[in-house]
Amino acid sequence: MSKLNTSNSEFDLDRPNIEDYLPSGSIQEPRGKLRLRDLLDISPTLTEAAGAIVDDSFTRCFKSNPPEPWNWNVYLFPLWCLGVVVRYGFLFPLRVLVLTLGWIIFLSCYFPVHTLLKGNDKLRKKLERGLVELICSFFVASWTGVIKYHGPRPSMRPRQVFVANHTSMIDFIVLEQMTAFAVIMQKHPGWVGLLQSTILESLGCIWFNRSESKDRGIVTRKLREHVEGADNNPLLIFPEGTCVNNHYTVMFKKGAFELGCTVCPIAIKYNKIFVDAFWNSRKQSFTMHLLQLMTSWAVVCDVWYLEPQNLKPGETPIEFAERVRDIISVRAGLKKVPWDGYLKYSRPSPKHRERKQQSFAESVLRRLEEK
Amino acid sequence: MGSASSMLTQYDIEEVQEHCNYLFTQQEIVSLYKRFCQLDKNAKGFISADEFLSVPEFAMNPLSQRLLKLVDGLNFKDFVAFLSAFSAKATVPQKIELIFKIYDSDCNGKVTFNDIIQVLHDLTGSFMSDKQREEVLSQLLHEAGYTRESYLLLDDFVKILDNPGLKMEVDVPDD
Repeated sequence: MSKLNTSNSEFDLDRPNIEDYLPSGSIQEPRGKLRLRDLLDISPTLTEAAGAIVDDSFTRCFKSNPPEPWNWNVYLFPLWCLGVVVRYGFLFPLRVLVLTLGWIIFLSCYFPVHTLLKGNDKLRKKLERGLVELICSFFVASWTGVIKYHGPRPSMRPRQVFVANHTSMIDFIVLEQMTAFAVIMQKHPGWVGLLQSTILESLGCIWFNRSESKDRGIVTRKLREHVEGADNNPLLIFPEGTCVNNHYTVMFKKGAFELGCTVCPIAIKYNKIFVDAFWNSRKQSFTMHLLQLMTSWAVVCDVWYLEPQNLKPGETPIEFAERVRDIISVRAGLKKVPWDGYLKYSRPSPKHRERKQQSFAESVLRRLEEK
Repeated sequence: MGSASSMLTQYDIEEVQEHCNYLFTQQEIVSLYKRFCQLDKNAKGFISADEFLSVPEFAMNPLSQRLLKLVDGLNFKDFVAFLSAFSAKATVPQKIELIFKIYDSDCNGKVTFNDIIQVLHDLTGSFMSDKQREEVLSQLLHEAGYTRESYLLLDDFVKILDNPGLKMEVDVPDD
């Protein structure tokens, strides 16, 4: 398990108070003269700690429930076995074939277009967009994707960004099939990284590295530059910063909401009927995840393109982010939790503990004065 | 029941229930087991300190380090026994016993002035000076009839804290 380090304080200087969201109703403000009992009674703090051990909303966000087995009797089991044979023996090879075909078509068109049309930028970009949309359609076909798009399709206008909730890297493919977005993603190793550096680069995608804290300033600058450019592909951002299990949303990072442009929310909800599309990156590599999708019956999901939002007068970027998170969560039927997705990779900053300490210390000192 | 397997038998549940003095129902033990397996990421049979601290709500708690000393590396049976102090069925003296254990860091059955100052330090951090903490505690001990040199035993704790009662309960979700 990778070593966890305390998160950089600059990451959460401007986060809203977690305490405002957490159920700390058990701590009532004690009154009256301070007695020895009040000082020694640590039961509220212990109760909170034990409550967190027994159940906590953060871990729930990343829990993937294994599907209930339905093949548990005499006639269901052979049916299921038949299903396995069909899925692995027939569907899977067919899908691999379709995907390979798609890659052949894509690569044989992409490289000529990319090199030969170097001079004619507008046409080249248009063709590259079309080709990326094509290969994404092949990917979706390779999982028998049943994707229903609702709402007006994104239009290419300047000064707008798209934000969506994040469940797996396939979110990108599902959306890219319809519109060639430029996306901002974590740089991955392996074959995914190779694709990122070559093909996705030409779409105008931006890379970041979670573990680099200085990276944040560089990324913000790149975001701004991209949004200013009239010719650039519309930018797609996943403000949660990490994959969540499609039942909850974690806090949105405010980066996308302080660029001074219109934010168009997109809500994605997967139907777990045939397969759970949540990519638990700690449990599976992306390749295994894709193989799992390719050996199930279908990937079913709904995509809603929601009404574009602007920063309201007097609203801070954080409030704006929360408002958009609310819109997306309501549409996709997701519960909101007050946690930063990056807590998957680092410990909470000491600031939260300090707030509790401060509140206790002030209460003690205040009550000492009372007679 | 050695390392954590993914299935609990009825025997296992009854064994655990007996070990925690029947303070949890069988359903609660099953739920706790699911939670235990969730936190114990590589099925080693115990939860490491690092795994406890990966729960942000626990990591932010001022007493997390002290609790970790009591709960780090416990197998499932002992984990449930530890949590049984937080059951609604546990008696107040049982809850106070856990509080006493948190204070008595050297486990000698006596809580000294210094032991209490250490815990107070965890709870107040940099928002009270050492001098303030010592003054407050001295004053309150004096008012309650003790001195700086007094040792507090478990009975003293019961006398001080059970007045009025103590509420320290956690709900095990039905999930």
